[in-house]
Amino acid sequence: MNLILLAQSLVNGLLFGGVYSLMAVGLSLIFGVMRVINFAHGDMMVWGMYLAFLLNAYLGVDPYLSFVVCAAALFVTGLAVQRGLVNRIMDAPHEMQILLMLGVALVLENVALVIFGPDTRRVATAFGASALWLGPIFLDLPRLLTFALSVTLSVALWLFLFRSDLGRTIRAASDNPTGALIVGSDVNRIYTVAFGVGAALVGAAGALTASFLPFSPTAGLPLTIASFNIVIIGGMGSLLGAFLGGLLVSVAESIGAVVLAPSLKEVVSFSLLVIILLFRPSGILGRRA
Amino acid sequence: MTPGRWLAAAALFVLLVLPAVLGTYGLTVFIFIFFYAFLGQAWNIVGGYAGQLSAGHAAFVGVGAYTAAKLAITYGLTPWIGMFVAGMAAALLGLGVAYLGFRFGLRGFYFVLLTVAVAEICRLITLHIDALGGALGLFITFTGNPWMFQFQDSRAHYYIGLALMLLATGVAAGVERSRMGAYLRAIKEDEEAAEALGVNTLRYKMLAMTVSAFLTGMGGTFYAYLIFSLQPAAVFGIPLSVDILLRPVVGGSGTLMGPILGSFILSPLAEVSRAYLSGGAWAGAHLVVYGVLLIGVVLFLPQGAYPYLRRLLARGDAS
Repeated sequence: MNLILLAQSLVNGLLFGGVYSLMAVGLSLIFGVMRVINFAHGDMMVWGMYLAFLLNAYLGVDPYLSFVVCAAALFVTGLAVQRGLVNRIMDAPHEMQILLMLGVALVLENVALVIFGPDTRRVATAFGASALWLGPIFLDLPRLLTFALSVTLSVALWLFLFRSDLGRTIRAASDNPTGALIVGSDVNRIYTVAFGVGAALVGAAGALTASFLPFSPTAGLPLTIASFNIVIIGGMGSLLGAFLGGLLVSVAESIGAVVLAPSLKEVVSFSLLVIILLFRPSGILGRRA
Repeated sequence: MTPGRWLAAAALFVLLVLPAVLGTYGLTVFIFIFFYAFLGQAWNIVGGYAGQLSAGHAAFVGVGAYTAAKLAITYGLTPWIGMFVAGMAAALLGLGVAYLGFRFGLRGFYFVLLTVAVAEICRLITLHIDALGGALGLFITFTGNPWMFQFQDSRAHYYIGLALMLLATGVAAGVERSRMGAYLRAIKEDEEAAEALGVNTLRYKMLAMTVSAFLTGMGGTFYAYLIFSLQPAAVFGIPLSVDILLRPVVGGSGTLMGPILGSFILSPLAEVSRAYLSGGAWAGAHLVVYGVLLIGVVLFLPQGAYPYLRRLLARGDAS
């Protein structure tokens, strides 16, 4: 086995892991607060990509700037989904929530298909062809930038949750919803903000990957499934777990692609998922369910 | 006989004589209604009665389809027998998934995810098996030999589809009336309570999954000899899994008529919107309709169309 190739794939995996982490942190936040599984997570990410594409095609904005706008747009989308749909069935059985979110995913994916067609796209960026060399290993600049911004956003979320009043209330409500109600928190507002922030994070992840991850309307489902894998592996509802899980899964997939075959990389993460599900369903850092 | 039974007998009579007046397109629509009602009914046994939501039933369709087709192509085994081998292969997979999932206490979302993961692993592995045609898939040469489950006349598919739908409904009815049905409902309502009362929940959940997988695997064989080509993405894909569970959910999961009613509502809708909306600019529009329908059912008819219809009729009787 070529050592440099292995080191290169390790670095690539780590860099892409930032995006996985960001996706998973968003999903984990939504689940942790509401116990709702966002089956439309990947489709929301794809919408982030298409928004970055539109802003680039019509206004010439670089995705590394427009990701803020995409995040804001997805925040509003998440807010609307929570207020208009999820909130009505908060007390319904789990299956109903899963089916509802499946419906939302189908709508998001296929509205994109109707509007943008099935073509695979990619967004141009000013940093397109640049790379840094670390000895024999090369670092693609867009991926490096995406990694840095993803980690920054994850840290920003952590600061928001642990250092701001609203963030603390969100954590309180996720620990103990009844308790939060008793001390007078506006639980509906908390749910809306949490869903919005979760969607905004994955929207940003979409815009940040749009320059190097070719996408089409059907790209959402695999991304949703990848987010689920990571969150389960890291531990449901644990933000740190989701963050580390993202890096772990990405590195494992990247090395699996080199050792096995590129198209078998998902088998690595699914196998990891099955093992975790069977032996430690609460995930690496999750609390016991 | 009760009015309900008269109605069912009349409906069955109509379905039996219908091919006399249907054209080729009409026959196709009905074949897909029966096929999805059959798969939905099979799903219903584990997903509806036992309440164990599987979002990976495509795995059993795929295993069944590939088993029967491979046995016929390479070893010349007639799918009339291959169908049962296919069912057995799918049942074995179902048993394995159920044992792993239920033994380790996976419930709700975790079980959903396990089933999705298994179906995806099956798809990815099949993509890499050259003997099964890899990404290109398997192609069945059309000979029109009924002994090899190949038919010139789509009326044959119509009657076989109808028979399969009735078979699954018969199995589901048997489960519903038996002790097992009572246990499954108890598990769905409150698993701890069922366990406390001495129900071997693991055994009955596994049994439900195995029966469901067996039927679904037989369905895979029917699919293979209806379409004559198998691609991993089509038979193992998540969209098929969603298509399977959508019908019982819309019609009323955990009821005998639910999957059939759901299929009679959704399959023609899918067929018509595919025919009118899938051309060019409107590709995907029929799936938007699906999504909206799913959201609407969850919000307004959470128990499905059949229980709602029954309540409506009962109210009509009372007044």
